[in-house]
Amino acid sequence: MLTVLIFLPVLGAVIVALIDRSRDPLLRWIGLGASLSSFVASLLTFALFVPGESRMQFVERAAWVPSLGISYQLGIDGISLPLVMLTTVMMPLALLSSWSSVTERVKEFTISLLLLEAGLLGTFLSVDLVLFYVFWEAVLIPMYFVIGLWGGPRRTYAAIKFILYTMAGSALMLVAIIALYLQGGAQLGIRTFDLLRLREVAVPMPLEAWLFGAFALAFAIKVPVWPLHTWLPDAHVEAPTAGSVILAAVLLKMGTYGFLRFLLPLFPQATVQFAPVLSVLAIVGIIYGGIVSWAQRDVKRLVAMSSVSHLGFVTLGAFALTVEGLQGSLLQMVNHGISTGGLFLLVGILYDRTHSRLLDDYGGVAALMPRFAAVALIIVLSSMALPGTNGFIGELLILVGTFRRVPAYAAAAIGGVVLSAIYLLWMYQRVMQGPVRVKAPAAMVEVTRRELVTLVPLIILIFTIGLYPNFLLSRSEASVRALLRHVSVRTAVQSPMPPQKFAARIPPGPRHPTHQSRR
Amino acid sequence: MTLPQVDLRIILPEITVGIAVAVVMVWAAFLPQDRQRLLRWVSGIALLLALLEVFVVSGGAAFGGMYVRDSLTKSLQIIVMLTAILAVWMSGAYMERTRLETGEYYALLLSAALGALLMAASADLLLLFLGLETLSIPLYVLAAIARGDLRSQEAGMKYFLLGAFSTVFFLYGLALIFGAAGSTSLARVASAAGTGSPLLLAGIGLVTIGLAFKAAVVPFHAWAPDVYEGAPLPVAAYMSVIAKVGAFAAMIRVFVLALPGAVVPWGTALAVLSMMTMTLGNVAALLQSNLKRLLAYSSIAHAGFMLTGIIAANRAGTSAVVFYLLVYTLMTLGAFGVLLGLARRGEEADDISDLTGLAWRSPALAGAMTLFMASLAGLPPTAGFFAKLYVFSAVLDAGYVAVVIVAVLTSVVSAYYYLRVAYTMFIGQPSPEVEFVGGRWVSTAIIVTAAGVLLLGIIPAPVTTFLEQVADALK
Repeated sequence: MLTVLIFLPVLGAVIVALIDRSRDPLLRWIGLGASLSSFVASLLTFALFVPGESRMQFVERAAWVPSLGISYQLGIDGISLPLVMLTTVMMPLALLSSWSSVTERVKEFTISLLLLEAGLLGTFLSVDLVLFYVFWEAVLIPMYFVIGLWGGPRRTYAAIKFILYTMAGSALMLVAIIALYLQGGAQLGIRTFDLLRLREVAVPMPLEAWLFGAFALAFAIKVPVWPLHTWLPDAHVEAPTAGSVILAAVLLKMGTYGFLRFLLPLFPQATVQFAPVLSVLAIVGIIYGGIVSWAQRDVKRLVAMSSVSHLGFVTLGAFALTVEGLQGSLLQMVNHGISTGGLFLLVGILYDRTHSRLLDDYGGVAALMPRFAAVALIIVLSSMALPGTNGFIGELLILVGTFRRVPAYAAAAIGGVVLSAIYLLWMYQRVMQGPVRVKAPAAMVEVTRRELVTLVPLIILIFTIGLYPNFLLSRSEASVRALLRHVSVRTAVQSPMPPQKFAARIPPGPRHPTHQSRR
Repeated sequence: MTLPQVDLRIILPEITVGIAVAVVMVWAAFLPQDRQRLLRWVSGIALLLALLEVFVVSGGAAFGGMYVRDSLTKSLQIIVMLTAILAVWMSGAYMERTRLETGEYYALLLSAALGALLMAASADLLLLFLGLETLSIPLYVLAAIARGDLRSQEAGMKYFLLGAFSTVFFLYGLALIFGAAGSTSLARVASAAGTGSPLLLAGIGLVTIGLAFKAAVVPFHAWAPDVYEGAPLPVAAYMSVIAKVGAFAAMIRVFVLALPGAVVPWGTALAVLSMMTMTLGNVAALLQSNLKRLLAYSSIAHAGFMLTGIIAANRAGTSAVVFYLLVYTLMTLGAFGVLLGLARRGEEADDISDLTGLAWRSPALAGAMTLFMASLAGLPPTAGFFAKLYVFSAVLDAGYVAVVIVAVLTSVVSAYYYLRVAYTMFIGQPSPEVEFVGGRWVSTAIIVTAAGVLLLGIIPAPVTTFLEQVADALK
């Protein structure tokens, strides 16, 4: 099942590769079909997923390189399920959004995006560290080409900066993976890259801190956590709309997913020890990202910088090490994907009409494109985390979770909520309202049906998650609790540190955190 | 003096290649210029036959224990044959076009392969030396084979002078080791290695220099870029692989098998060499705009990566180096194969800018080149990734943390220049001066190498399992 999910896009890419490049619409339809079929497969997975189960489901395993202990092992649990769904939802939308904006080398573009999807799904579904690393790195090449070939004027620079930044981080992670494998071999008596087995390995402390550092660096660059974010504005601004959407919506989540999937279970002691450092960096990112967004004159750059701020919340929630924090972090990953993905789609729609990204070139768009303005308002408000939209639930859970751990962090992060209201509304006002200042008002035609098709699913998701988040949270809860139990057991057993202060707190009973907040 | 009983069946592959050298050399004199291409077929068939024999011939030792045919010999010789066969396939069209196709080209190519075969099988320093010279001398001549081209002459001369110099080091080291151990047999040297005699250590040092030169390890690498740039393209391709295979076969024999006791103090020195090699090779490659020079520095860098496996000096290290050699052979020859498929106004298309826009003229060729570049950079899902993973885990297991960190960081640096090559093929307008000249056999070689790089990247298990058994059998 999961293999099918991953390889449907690959199959689509192979078919596209075999078709002559002149058959333009057919290529696009096959690409869309492949990504949609992957979406259907993920829906099926979602439907068959057993909510209360904390362990991996749909597990598939086969020996891959037995002499090195590498296996082809896939599985899905409550932590990976939301991200898999996010990937399969966003990819068809990204393909649709490029329908009119990418007109050259359509064949290569479609192949790149499909391979990108396969790599992303593989990253989220791997339960073997080498397999994970393979997919993690395999994502880079298609993304490199998407930015480098279909991007803006400074695309070469942006593409190489993106790839070198991420590779530098992940190279050290590879060393850490091998070190963990050797350490695991010494303790388990069998050398394996199996995540579920390596979780049980208690790495001695100075080494654990180093390995934690290597993994954390790789993930933090991907997220990106301040001050490692400098690749992000360039990559986002130069990438084509579909590239920005996937980059923001899914690619960045590889980092935050890595926190939850690898950092916490593999290095619990170091996580507890270094959580304050990462939390503070996250808060700095929240505030810094907000202030810098406020100062932008380029809409796309503004949205890109807002990602730094929003993902600061996700990181903060992950390292709160409370059920609410982790649940919120996970939900906010999905929310950020939807709302920021949506914002990039909106910017793309505007750019297609005016070929400008500068705020000064806009104004009064609402008068010319009223339907567009309405849709945009919903997405902007969702990004702002207005109650009733998805963002509210996520941010609230994160803040509650953080407050239960360190109230001061939550208080500091509140500033980011205010800032996001400022820069987003300011942006909306500059672009949509006021007198018409667009240079060529005739070009501002109302959103087309195809563009609406890319936006409507997002609107539906914004309200569905906003009003009934349980359909995601109930599926992730068991895994999140199991993860925190794992962390607290491991730190309590090994660490001489005071457990009441550092060990993760698990609130008793089955009560669901969202019930307190929503009702 | 009576000669020891020799079962000649054991060296059947070497005999086959040796006979082919003689046949090609002599026959060439009787063939008119326009029918020299027949020799291409003779060489190719002889190599295929020898490859078959490598699989069939049973193991054992010969010549008083100087020659050993074990599973390591077998796997290394397969790589040698593969290199030579691919080189024959790839050089045909080029040699014909440049009117260099003569019998001696193939005879020299085959004798270099013979030398590498002997190095892979040597259990004695003398045979190792014999193999080294049989490998090197034809390569000096091959570098200068474009008689009308001054650059080629210069390359040959430079390679010869420096190569001869390094051979002296090797020979002197051999003499010192003989003085310390009383024998040139690797097994006897191994038993003497524990004594830690300064004479032996000096000998090992000198032998290391000799081998490091052949493998283009920093600081004995300076010849490589100039020689590669000057030598005709197919020669550069062949040389970059066969010399490495020979040198690393020797290193496995000497350092891992003969000197396991001595490797530990010597390991630190080799570790420094490998770190220098990886750093310099990868950083210098950043600045190159000539593809032959770029590949030369890349081959230096890869020598550094492979050297890390030698330092590990453990079971995994040995099989990792052999696996790396196989992958290196495929991806390097593949990249050269793509260059051989192109020409700029009849000349070698060896500038990065010659690749501009290639993807829109020949997607298959550009796709293959992208694959080779990704593999050289060590990106999954290509064979280059597993080759690196494999050596790195062996080295880390041996405790050389700094080496691994330098290795992964320089890999990141290498991604910059490899991907730049790949990127160039997808941008801009194709140059009208660049044309396709490959022909059927170059395409075959590219397909074989590309398939190998991809398959070993997706299902490396059969090969790695076999190589683990090889390494197990050695201990």
